Amino acid sequence: MERMQQVVGRARAAFNTGRSRPLEFRIQQLKALERMVQEREKEILAALKADLHKGEPNAYSHEILGVLGELALVKEKLPSWAAPQHVKKNLMTLRDEAYINYEPLGVVLVIGAWNYPFVLVMQPLIGAIAAGNAVVVKPSEVSENTAKMIADLLPQYLDRELYPVVTGGVPETTELLTQRFDHILYTGNSAVGKIVMAAAAKHLTPVTLELGGKSPCYIDKDCDLAVACRRIAWGKYMNCGQTCIAPDYILCDPSIQGQVVENIKATLQEFYGEDVKSSPDYERIINKRHFKRILGLLEGQKIAHGGETDEASCFIAPTILTDVSPESKVMEEEIFGPVLPIVTVKSVEEAIELINSREKPLALYVFSNNKQLIKRVISETSSGGVTGNDVIMHFFLSTLPFGGVGHSGMGAYHGKHSFETFSHRRSCLIKDLKMEGTNKMRYPPGSQKKVDL
Amino acid sequence: NPYAGLVSHLRASWLSRKTQPVKFRMAQLEALGHFLDERKQEILEAIAADLGKPPFEAELSEILVCKNELHETLNNLSRWMKDEQVDLSLATRLDSAFVRKEPYGVVLLMAPWNYPIHLILVPLIGAIAAGNCVLIKPSEISKNTERLVAEVLSSYLDKDCFAVVTGGVQETTRLLENKFDYIFFTGSPSVGRVVMTAAAKHLTPVTLELGGKNPCYVSDTCDVHNVARRVVWGRFFNAGQTCIAPDYLLCTLEMQEKLMPALREAITEFFGPNPQESPDFGRIVDDKQFRRVRALLCSGRVAIGGQTDEAERYIAPTVLVDVQPSDPVMQEEIFGPILPIVVVANMDEAIDFINARERPLVIYAFSSSDKVVNQVLERTSSGGFCGNDTLMQVMLTSLPFGGIGNSGLGMYHGKFSFDTFSHHRGCMKRGMGREPLNAPRYPPYTQQKFGIVRATSQVTRKDDCTLL
Repeated sequence: MERMQQVVGRARAAFNTGRSRPLEFRIQQLKALERMVQEREKEILAALKADLHKGEPNAYSHEILGVLGELALVKEKLPSWAAPQHVKKNLMTLRDEAYINYEPLGVVLVIGAWNYPFVLVMQPLIGAIAAGNAVVVKPSEVSENTAKMIADLLPQYLDRELYPVVTGGVPETTELLTQRFDHILYTGNSAVGKIVMAAAAKHLTPVTLELGGKSPCYIDKDCDLAVACRRIAWGKYMNCGQTCIAPDYILCDPSIQGQVVENIKATLQEFYGEDVKSSPDYERIINKRHFKRILGLLEGQKIAHGGETDEASCFIAPTILTDVSPESKVMEEEIFGPVLPIVTVKSVEEAIELINSREKPLALYVFSNNKQLIKRVISETSSGGVTGNDVIMHFFLSTLPFGGVGHSGMGAYHGKHSFETFSHRRSCLIKDLKMEGTNKMRYPPGSQKKVDL
Repeated sequence: NPYAGLVSHLRASWLSRKTQPVKFRMAQLEALGHFLDERKQEILEAIAADLGKPPFEAELSEILVCKNELHETLNNLSRWMKDEQVDLSLATRLDSAFVRKEPYGVVLLMAPWNYPIHLILVPLIGAIAAGNCVLIKPSEISKNTERLVAEVLSSYLDKDCFAVVTGGVQETTRLLENKFDYIFFTGSPSVGRVVMTAAAKHLTPVTLELGGKNPCYVSDTCDVHNVARRVVWGRFFNAGQTCIAPDYLLCTLEMQEKLMPALREAITEFFGPNPQESPDFGRIVDDKQFRRVRALLCSGRVAIGGQTDEAERYIAPTVLVDVQPSDPVMQEEIFGPILPIVVVANMDEAIDFINARERPLVIYAFSSSDKVVNQVLERTSSGGFCGNDTLMQVMLTSLPFGGIGNSGLGMYHGKFSFDTFSHHRGCMKRGMGREPLNAPRYPPYTQQKFGIVRATSQVTRKDDCTLL
């Protein structure tokens, strides 16, 4: 276990040499990352396929495209982001220099998750490098092929001391968390999020926690159901439901429940054909443990569609449950699987009340032709982010901060928000040593005259 | 859980959306202004009773600063509250994307005793502006101000949305068992750890304004008299009980020789020949702190001051020389009117000395050479930095105020307060039409579909040409 101390110690020593700070160095490392993604695309896609049964087009658009986009954005904008930001001065400081200096924090720890195992390590890594930090990368051991691929590839392209990859499971991660970092970005579940924050508290280390929850999806009677259901089905069943911002459950009026089911069924046919199991575009559950967990959620539920499973291949068909009770097991925890419960509500008020009675989710979705209704649902609820009349899409716009609130997390990243998350904004005021006359006002002996001035 | 009821009540008020409208928030902020105006005498008296703080210092650091923050916030609140539109990508160019600034819910605000009104009011202004309900926990050590806040300040604010809780360590520990939606804490790093650990149990985000030893480097090229005055002012303000006070001086032996008479002169100029009689010099807040600070006097040699009076909790403005890094005065944040001088050979040694220690809340550097000031700035890390003066960086509401590492996490002041107490919610609104534009993203996947997805959603370098 000394290994962790050594790895982190080496990263800190490397950071202290100052070599990760010059912009040229940062951009050179980011360009190397870009080359890695382009040159080793096949290996990356192969790892994702082995871990999640993810087809190439899907893997490319969800994991590689975003990374290349982020790299391009950062290379272009970094000089302007990193430049000192001069601030408005008052009368007293008119002749002084006042600005905010963006500085690296030091050694950053990035802990990835298994569901989008490449992008969830790469995007934070890009931001942390851009901000001038050393970065210890800990990919999830659950997506073992991707973890191995990252551990193999990163050292071939990046500075090995500044950006080490650490692999391992719970014991290794626990040991890692005893070390001192200057920021920790963790993607995963709330239970482990608490453990990470408690470990960080010992060192007063700031954290960004990208957690999860049950992202609700409200469908208003007044909306184009065919379009809404297609979009929802896309977001729900991608990656076999294992997406932190997947629409977890549907809320709608009982009168449209049947239509919703029919529309989703039709869409599923369109997407995956007659035999979902043989579609190259449908993924699998990551492992047996999660397979069993999700299966357990189906107990006692009305299955309107799907429900077929195959343990050997961790296959669970796209499933829809109807007339689900808010108190049932499937409505307790984040599903993280291809099971879509529909809970009926008689009004938007009831929907809002149900949403607010639960922990704040990572995402919230509302479908309606009525702009006022969408506005209302947004303003009367709280969530990490929102997409109206679609799902998932707010994630792909890097100008929007991506993060949770309450149980779904704290802090945010993507694009410039990553750069700011991994930087320290240092206030700088540079005065003149002369001009003492103006200072005399503030020195004792004080008197009412001075105060009244 | 003795506070569960109170916290539920505040949460219910927040859920009722009472704090949402800008009118409500402005009214509460105006009320804070009335408190500062109407009860100014009582405020100054409470602070004087707690800290013996000279009226000038109290007016400047506890009233004026708060009023500045108040005015800055009142002037800009509507603008800050507006949804912030963001740039769109090619794929989303027909949509609407913006960041909503939303309150977290119930904020716990824990304040220390050294600037007992300022360190409640300034964060409170931000928390109210952002639309939160707030539970205020003043320090029990500044007893008179605690009473003023509990009895008088609370009467100016809406009773459903704002409350004050008093008590000591035990009460605070019970309070921290509750779930808050944000915790803002100002105090020591050790208690900061306790607060963050408690917050972790509920996944509550925090801002911790802590402390440390703020180094003050004085280079060989400088106007000794101006430096002495500025350093003396910053060090002995509030009898040294300031988180951003210059904690210790770093300079060459040569500079120390030159500085000593200048420091002596400045102290006499400010406080007279017997500072104990000066109305412009404060006192230590309580016996425990007095004894702690007094014990630090046996470090090195007393060059100026050193007198103490336990009955008054008076410690004279003191300068220590021949101080070793291992001396008691160099082991903890002094938080008292003692200025140790640590001799270094040159600027490089000073920088190494600073970097070998925990990162402080602020670093000061004095030099008539810009190059020297910039070197110290660039080769060190701290919450904030001020060249050629002390304390003044916090007077600008446009600069964020916060620590790094052991000196804290998060920041506030001005708009940074509003942003700290707001959840920045990323929102995208799409239309239901134009569904064919979405077709490329749906299975079954084909290379052609993929090409379209790539073309419309990627961010390309400005000079790249993507034909086909």
